[in-house]
Amino acid sequence: MSLQVPEPPSAEETAAAGHPVVHPEAVPLTPELLISNLLRGGVLLSLSLVVCGMAITFFRHPDYFSSPDALQRLTSPDSVPHRLPDVFEGIMAVRGQSFVMAGLLVMITVPVLRVALSLGIFRAQKDRTYAAITTGVLALLLLAFFLGGVE
Amino acid sequence: MAAALDATPFNFVAIVLLVSMGAGLLGSLLGLGGGLILIPVLTLVLKVDIRYAVGASIVSVIATSSGAAAAYVRDGLANLRVAMFLELATVAGAVTGAMLAGVVDGRALYFLFGTVMAYSALAMLRKLREDGSPREEPAPGALADRLGLHGSYYDASTGQRVAYRVHRPLTGLGLMYVAGTVSGLLGIGSGALKVPAMDLAMRLPLKVSTATSNFMIGVTAAASAGIYFARGDIDPFIAGPVCVGVTVGAFAGSRYLRKLKSGSLRGLFVVVLLWVSYEMLAKGIRG
Repeated sequence: MSLQVPEPPSAEETAAAGHPVVHPEAVPLTPELLISNLLRGGVLLSLSLVVCGMAITFFRHPDYFSSPDALQRLTSPDSVPHRLPDVFEGIMAVRGQSFVMAGLLVMITVPVLRVALSLGIFRAQKDRTYAAITTGVLALLLLAFFLGGVE
Repeated sequence: MAAALDATPFNFVAIVLLVSMGAGLLGSLLGLGGGLILIPVLTLVLKVDIRYAVGASIVSVIATSSGAAAAYVRDGLANLRVAMFLELATVAGAVTGAMLAGVVDGRALYFLFGTVMAYSALAMLRKLREDGSPREEPAPGALADRLGLHGSYYDASTGQRVAYRVHRPLTGLGLMYVAGTVSGLLGIGSGALKVPAMDLAMRLPLKVSTATSNFMIGVTAAASAGIYFARGDIDPFIAGPVCVGVTVGAFAGSRYLRKLKSGSLRGLFVVVLLWVSYEMLAKGIRG
């Protein structure tokens, strides 16, 4: 029986096993990577909140499994929390639908954060033209939220 | 009343979740957004009020766009400068569209949706026939140079970096305003309008156009989603399962299934899309 010498694990395997290794071609944190991570993290956070909220809703309202009447109430316009204080209050009261709404709001915020992050990157690169363009986009986004609020 | 189904809340959520997964899966297979498929199903089959369908769809559009863009950006396919420049127009358009949606009545929305859907179906058919022959270069423009819009990307199939020049930035800006307005009005990503604007008018390579369009869609949709939220058109009971379902479906589609290349199958989908757009148009006319 021959003695098997285990091969040394490659850099990728070591990294996958949870031991961070610095290998020569370590990817620097480029603007692209920063933006990519922000997008992915935001979507995951948002979806977790939505799923938790849905679970809480059905946990707290067992009648939702049997009563058709509740559906009319749930999908009627009055039941929708559409001001930030309402959503916050609902979360304090562990209302499932408010958690779902918070998740959806995180989703809406992700692209706005992406633009804000881009602004920081362009400024760091001393790219004044694009810093100005990005400021314009950010201002338009904030205007949209403001306009929606006063309507 | 947003929904007129005689079902329990649980059944409703389960159906919406399944339908949204289907829409996300099909959307990623066809290279269309989920919204284009989702909204007709929510309104025609599940009898959800079109305003709530649009509100739910717009959030799911942000989810799929951000998810896909995360990969495109990491691979350096999306042109971040072109995206930021054009977002000036798409966001302005989205604000216009979302404000218009508050005053336009439901029938007009159905009508417009039917029209955009028919256009997207025909655009898909045209893409089917495209031969990819080289196109003649338009005269170089000073603005694209000054904005430094030109770029390059790594083509994995040939293993080479491909440099490209960007043309007619102002035409692109105008077309993006229109695409943004449609997106804000109908709660769809309107990639079917953005990609040709970059591909045909601005002469970006198709791969870059697709990736950049995906990247921009999230910001465009966020602008109108903010307005929809404030108006109370985003019902968490509908939008929650839609958002989860579409994202899971689109992820599964991009991960485990190849993009549909078969011409005849795509042709079949074009027929289905045209039929659905006829249904939406009819609902817009009949009320």
